[in-house]
Amino acid sequence: MKALVWHGKEDIRCDQVSDPEIEDPRDAIVKVTSCAICGSDLHLFHNFIPAMLPGDIMGHEMMGEVMEVGSAAKGKLKVGDRIVVPFTIICGECDQCKRGNFSVCERTNRKKELASKVFGHPTAGLFGYTHLTGGYPGGQAEYLRVPFADATHIKVPDSLKDEQVLFLGDIFPTGWQAAVQCDIEPTDTVAIWGCGPVGQMAIRSAVLLGAKQVVAIDCIPERLSMAEAGGAITINFEEESVVGRLNDLTSGKGPEKCIDAIGLEAHVTPTQPDTLLDRAKQMVMLESDRPHVLREMIYVCRTAGTISIPGVYGGLVDKFPMGLAMNKGLTFRMGQTHVNRWTDDLLRRIEEGQIDPSFVITHTVRLEDGPEMYKVFRDKQDSCVKVVLKP
Amino acid sequence: MIAFSRLSGIARSKGDPKVLRTGPSSLGGADRLARGLGWFSIGLGLTELLAPRLITRAVGLRGREGLVRAFGVRELGHGVLSLSVDKQAGLWSRVAGDVLDIVAVLPALSPANRKHGNAELALIMLLGVTVLDVLAAQGVSARHRRPPTGWRSYSDRSGFPQGAERARGAARRDFQTASDTQAPPAIAPGVA
Repeated sequence: MKALVWHGKEDIRCDQVSDPEIEDPRDAIVKVTSCAICGSDLHLFHNFIPAMLPGDIMGHEMMGEVMEVGSAAKGKLKVGDRIVVPFTIICGECDQCKRGNFSVCERTNRKKELASKVFGHPTAGLFGYTHLTGGYPGGQAEYLRVPFADATHIKVPDSLKDEQVLFLGDIFPTGWQAAVQCDIEPTDTVAIWGCGPVGQMAIRSAVLLGAKQVVAIDCIPERLSMAEAGGAITINFEEESVVGRLNDLTSGKGPEKCIDAIGLEAHVTPTQPDTLLDRAKQMVMLESDRPHVLREMIYVCRTAGTISIPGVYGGLVDKFPMGLAMNKGLTFRMGQTHVNRWTDDLLRRIEEGQIDPSFVITHTVRLEDGPEMYKVFRDKQDSCVKVVLKP
Repeated sequence: MIAFSRLSGIARSKGDPKVLRTGPSSLGGADRLARGLGWFSIGLGLTELLAPRLITRAVGLRGREGLVRAFGVRELGHGVLSLSVDKQAGLWSRVAGDVLDIVAVLPALSPANRKHGNAELALIMLLGVTVLDVLAAQGVSARHRRPPTGWRSYSDRSGFPQGAERARGAARRDFQTASDTQAPPAIAPGVA
């Protein structure tokens, strides 16, 4: 089969690979009908997240048709079922899964020893996302083996198109969880850094959850236009002061809720000198992540406010203003998304027409065009916001 | 490259797909040239830093070992930058470095220098590398440039089939925030 394979920094190829096989009675094989390139795939593309190996198949946003089911998964899945595959692999039985903390499932990371050494305790297995999270082959491929398939799936009705439900596997619940973690009240201003796909979903989620005003921060005009269409007030950080404008919009008090939908690769610009220093340190491996957004959020957030972090961080950050955070009494909520905790509710909202996540798709191409689209997406060329691949 | 993929197969299970044949890469020709020049910078930088006398002796610039060492450090910087995601900056910094190198070698072209033949050869090589650096920098910049104009407006993409205004607060009616993400309630009425 064909698959997008990581061969090194900025080197993704559409390779011919062997077909996946069922290894465990709980496995299933899925014929992928749609998959997407996620913003966090770019962290792997840039080799900022450790423990990728040449030959790893990319992709953690995918859906398709069940082709083969292991004996232990037959009660929950059957051949022909149409499913979205959540990016977090879950057993559904461990203590964390029972609490709904699916992204820290205790059983599905098959490289627990490695993960324990790095993280202290292992997190869940993830598709196409380094050997620290199990080294499971990803879904930017024609076929995918889904481990723990009896729990790791979201069944979707035939009445909805792939484009409407594909993002239930990652960016939609990620944006939703980011907003839910803020416990938005009708008097709240929610500021969201980053208008990429997750930021766009967080904007819509904050609107649905009834924030008084949603403010979106970015510097890419097409992304800002999409944010504005979703009901956000926009700030172009290359044209105006983020802190000044946010304070103006909140009578000088700052936003109650701040969401970081950027993560470890904050935009590097001379207008924000700390980003230049971070980039230089990152280049010589003195720092793994560029935390400009965290610093700005902590500074501008209202006292006793909440900071929600769906953006991916990979390791170590410098100059983290812990003193500000402590003295202001800020609450931090973060983590990989507990996808299945939210998907029944979100699927219902899509079916009822409250939201249609397909608005974010700007490019639909063949799987073979994937390597070039990584470049286009990374360089933000051709007004690219979200790429869907059709194997 | 496929050899590395096969070698890494020891970290995979038997049901995981293995690479059989590699296809076209996301790296373009300009990217590969940038990578090559980056490694060249690292090699040259290490030589200048660790064995400056080799260079000063060859071009007849004895006594300038300190300058060559400084250029070595600078060259390592070019290399790191050219091998990074910000390779455009790395390649243009190499071009600036080429100019400094050319200026530094000019005094050695004097007929009084017994090694002026070598210095001429060094200058020709430097001019050639400069041309290569300019071409690589232009190629990489063109490949990765985001056009400053011509972006598409997505102002018609609200994502709310029933309209943004109707969507505002729609989930408040039927969504119960779980206790692990609830903010502490206010202890007095009328807090805004």
